[in-house]
Amino acid sequence: MAVDDRFTQDSRESSDDELQGVRSEIITGPVADWATDFSHLEPEWSADPYPIQDVLRQRCPIAHTGRFGGAWLPTRYEDVAAIAYDTERFSSRSIILSNFRPPRALAPVGGSPPISSDPPFHHDARKLLLPAFTKNAVARQEPATRAFCHSLVDSFAGQDVVDAAYDYAQHIPMRVIANMLGFPPEDGPQFREFVEDLLEGINLPPDDRIERVSRLFDYLLAQVHDHLDKPRDDLTTYLINAELYGRKLDPSHVVGTMALLLIAGIDTTWSAIGASLWHLAKTPGDRERLVADPGLLPTATEEFLRAYAPVTMARLVKEDMHWHGVDMRADDWILLSFPAANRDPAQFDRAGEVVIDRQVNRHAAFGLGIHRCVGSHLARMELRVALEVWLERIPAFTLADPGAVTWSAGQIRGPRTLPLRIG
Amino acid sequence: MSSPEMSSTVKVQINTKLCQGHGRCYDLAPGLFGDDDEGYGQVLGDGSVPPAAERDARLAVLNCPEHAVELLGEG
Repeated sequence: MAVDDRFTQDSRESSDDELQGVRSEIITGPVADWATDFSHLEPEWSADPYPIQDVLRQRCPIAHTGRFGGAWLPTRYEDVAAIAYDTERFSSRSIILSNFRPPRALAPVGGSPPISSDPPFHHDARKLLLPAFTKNAVARQEPATRAFCHSLVDSFAGQDVVDAAYDYAQHIPMRVIANMLGFPPEDGPQFREFVEDLLEGINLPPDDRIERVSRLFDYLLAQVHDHLDKPRDDLTTYLINAELYGRKLDPSHVVGTMALLLIAGIDTTWSAIGASLWHLAKTPGDRERLVADPGLLPTATEEFLRAYAPVTMARLVKEDMHWHGVDMRADDWILLSFPAANRDPAQFDRAGEVVIDRQVNRHAAFGLGIHRCVGSHLARMELRVALEVWLERIPAFTLADPGAVTWSAGQIRGPRTLPLRIG
Repeated sequence: MSSPEMSSTVKVQINTKLCQGHGRCYDLAPGLFGDDDEGYGQVLGDGSVPPAAERDARLAVLNCPEHAVELLGEG
């Protein structure tokens, strides 16, 4: 059997072209006008983006900014859906809006397939992952997830105030995805750094960005080598052995997909769990109702996903065009806000309210079209189990200090500090 | 209200061109829908909806983010 030498050379060094992209000037500071100068990285947006989005939906409804080299922010459900479905005119080759546009040659694969891929490659790369993330497949993770949630609550013994984001929510998806990828469970704190580097360090100088992203890829390559030495029944070994078009995957595809599963699997669900607990801590009526009637929880979690959708994606405009009333230029960014779509009154009754028994809830928290979150069934399981265990073990809790709650900056939004009084 | 003849005409159907595997149909109406090996929704049996399952069927239709689930033969 031939030795698998795909990972002996750093794939990042194998093609210089891939490092050529377009950098734009880094512009930070207070937003002058959200319709013409928006930035999802400023504190006002992190703290509470919904009133801003509501105003823009009335005013624009597609906002623009000159930051990041030019970007658009649609705020109506109809526009967000149209872009999500239109893979002919909007590319996914970079789905994190930053001051660096990767070269067009990176399409249709992108840096982290399949989320960064365009058709037709996208379909085949996605197909490789789907069987591992079906509802039945992720159900196998449920007993261990539940036991882990209980162990986290056990660790609260003797404390009147705990940080539900730091001490509870973040650990759950970290543990689950580490288990699925076959990474050491104790590496969780490193995962947090990778997430923050990739998703929140958007406006750092380019050299800092590159160094931070390199740390993630060094870690992933070390895991690949460990799995080459000791193959086992997990997603890393699966990706190393997977084949597409009759041959094994390019090393950059293997490592890029591992990066996707690790990063996208963590702060998204961490954010959803934290936002749900934040809501319940400040809304005693909803909390008491769910404690009394846990059967309502699946319906309520859909409403939490709608109202506090954690994920915003990005697209790049392929060619200059007039689109829904605005003049888009090739390589303009689109900030594809599923959270804004989910609060559009044209799509949802009482869009700005959290209605935990909402029966009709066609929300877009996991995206729409071909890029529907591949981990949505896993995320739903983790969110449901995390809330079930919390409400069972800690039926009464409140915000210990509303002013101390902090939210992440950037495209993934959720509480990062969430002190709750539980005693 | 619904005679056996009438209710047997109500059927669910999935437009496979639109389905993206969100799984809302098999979450909300597990008696009518299942999933395939890749998580895409599948109609169980011939899709006939017993009267007792009509509410579930309607929920599945109204909660599909892709508008892929259809109810046929109503009214």
